[in-house]
Amino acid sequence: MTSRSATPLLYLDGVTVSFDGFKALNGLSFVVERGGLRSVIGPNGAGKTTMMDVITGKTRPDEGKVFFDGTTDLTRLDESEIANLGIGRKFQKPTVFENLTVFENLELARKCPRGTWHTLLARLTGTQRDAIDRTLKTIGLTGREGALAGALSHGQKQWLEIGMLLIQDQQILLLDEPVAGMTDNETSLTAELILSLAGERTLIVVEHDMEFVRNLGARVTVLHEGSVLADGSIEHVQSQPAVIDVYLGR
Amino acid sequence: MSAAPGFLDRRGWIWFLAIGVVLIVVVPLLNALPASGAAVRLPDYLIPLFGKYACYAILALSLDLIWGYAGILSLGHGAFFALGGYAMGMYLMRQIGTRGVYANAVLPDFMVFLNWKALPWYWYGFDHFAFAALMVVLVPGVFAFVFGWFAFRSRITGVYFSIITQALTYALLLAFFRNDMGFGGNNGLTDFKDILGFDVHEQSTRRALYITSVIAMGGVFLVCRAIVASKLGRVMLALRDSEARVRFLGYSAERAKLFGFTVSAVLAGIAGALYVPQVGIINPSEFSPANSIEIAIWVAVGGRGTLGGALVGAVAVNLAKSWLTGEVPEAWLFVLGGLFILVTLVFPHGLVGLAQQLKTMRRLLPAVGARKLAE
Repeated sequence: MTSRSATPLLYLDGVTVSFDGFKALNGLSFVVERGGLRSVIGPNGAGKTTMMDVITGKTRPDEGKVFFDGTTDLTRLDESEIANLGIGRKFQKPTVFENLTVFENLELARKCPRGTWHTLLARLTGTQRDAIDRTLKTIGLTGREGALAGALSHGQKQWLEIGMLLIQDQQILLLDEPVAGMTDNETSLTAELILSLAGERTLIVVEHDMEFVRNLGARVTVLHEGSVLADGSIEHVQSQPAVIDVYLGR
Repeated sequence: MSAAPGFLDRRGWIWFLAIGVVLIVVVPLLNALPASGAAVRLPDYLIPLFGKYACYAILALSLDLIWGYAGILSLGHGAFFALGGYAMGMYLMRQIGTRGVYANAVLPDFMVFLNWKALPWYWYGFDHFAFAALMVVLVPGVFAFVFGWFAFRSRITGVYFSIITQALTYALLLAFFRNDMGFGGNNGLTDFKDILGFDVHEQSTRRALYITSVIAMGGVFLVCRAIVASKLGRVMLALRDSEARVRFLGYSAERAKLFGFTVSAVLAGIAGALYVPQVGIINPSEFSPANSIEIAIWVAVGGRGTLGGALVGAVAVNLAKSWLTGEVPEAWLFVLGGLFILVTLVFPHGLVGLAQQLKTMRRLLPAVGARKLAE
């Protein structure tokens, strides 16, 4: 048990991805501890989204490995297999099923067997409905469950997508710019939600908004040209001359 | 409450049963009871024609299941229809027996003509109806499963998928044209005599085939309805919105598509099998790419993504086709093309959506008028 909790939950080892000769990731190595909260920042093109694509199986790296829980190599699995291991993802642009209702979006996300036959025959029980209702409350969409997700505001879609991650009950949550396009109020509520989840789950938050990253108070990893430039507390990385040069532009 | 449709509600069942009674009881009785020549008597030729429409409606439902719901546009569905049709045709050929031109008890006429000495192995078993019926669902089903497995696993989507399904049906067209394939080549299979011991030319047999087709249409409608009302149906709808999101939720997009595609192909095969004894022939032209495109037009005209729309579209377009090809045959293709343009540009939700569209317009128009007055 002790050795198990000592293994990092996620370990990227020398991951390289190139698109037509451009190296989006260049020998990226990166460790995320169980129950940790990690912010990832970096200028445009630093490889933040590509890193998420590699972890979630959307992109296969040219070199390197990604270990989940010490033993499972994620680079051999596809998106749905990785999702079923317990890794959830929120996209940069809110991605919900616009032609389904808010309730149905959560119903599809809810943790349950994903087999095709099982899905064909599945019926919601009362307790499962209650779980969906609780999530609706958490994301502030109670009363909107019958609305089409496409009719929600941008911020509400972001929250619905976060709600889908919550009800999916994943161990690792990858959040790509979770507060993009949110009002200040929504942003601080999101920060609260993320902080309340840390410890119980492992979170990796990619953000542009420095104020938000500061509010999270988590360990920060700065990416630049596909590899790690600096790592540590926000104060530490902000004092690094290299970081100031490439990212903060001061 | 729900964006995805539920299974039939009370009103839905009333409609379903009412239409069923009219088609299954009233229509055949109108043909059978009144004396020949009476004004109320339904002419004999209409029964197989209506039976044909029912088969087309099943075919339209099968395409709508994957195109309207999962967003997979197959332009090769005519191939599955034809495969089911050939399986039935092979049974009907074996029933001819010694009544063929060459009076060979085992070999169909075209094989005798080609100087074949023995029945090819893949014709074995087709003298039994149960075996043929099994093949009607198995051949299109397995074919679609294997094709879909490769296509979906390679993540072929959208227009690329449509193009390779066109290529698929064209390849089968060329293959079935060949005499040495053993399916009658250019002429196909025809000159049928009996089905299950009943003469296919008898009006009573035709009525029975018509009734069977209508019952099958109702059954297929309920099957499709059950699928789209299930959670899997919502996964299929979700695929249309964001396939990536479906994958990241842990559902296998490939398997959901493969399920829909295979079921759809089986339904198309059943439609083909019911079609062949009513029209009396199956030949390679059923594989022609244009046929498959026509199916998509029926669905689009009726209103894709609604099962009722698929039914309405198949019947309406084919009624128009029957009438126009009789009156002004050269105009038909222009009308068909025009319909497709109209559906794409003016009423994207088809005939079924048109009513809703008109209602919305009527509500909006007075508002526009009122604003003009206020100015």
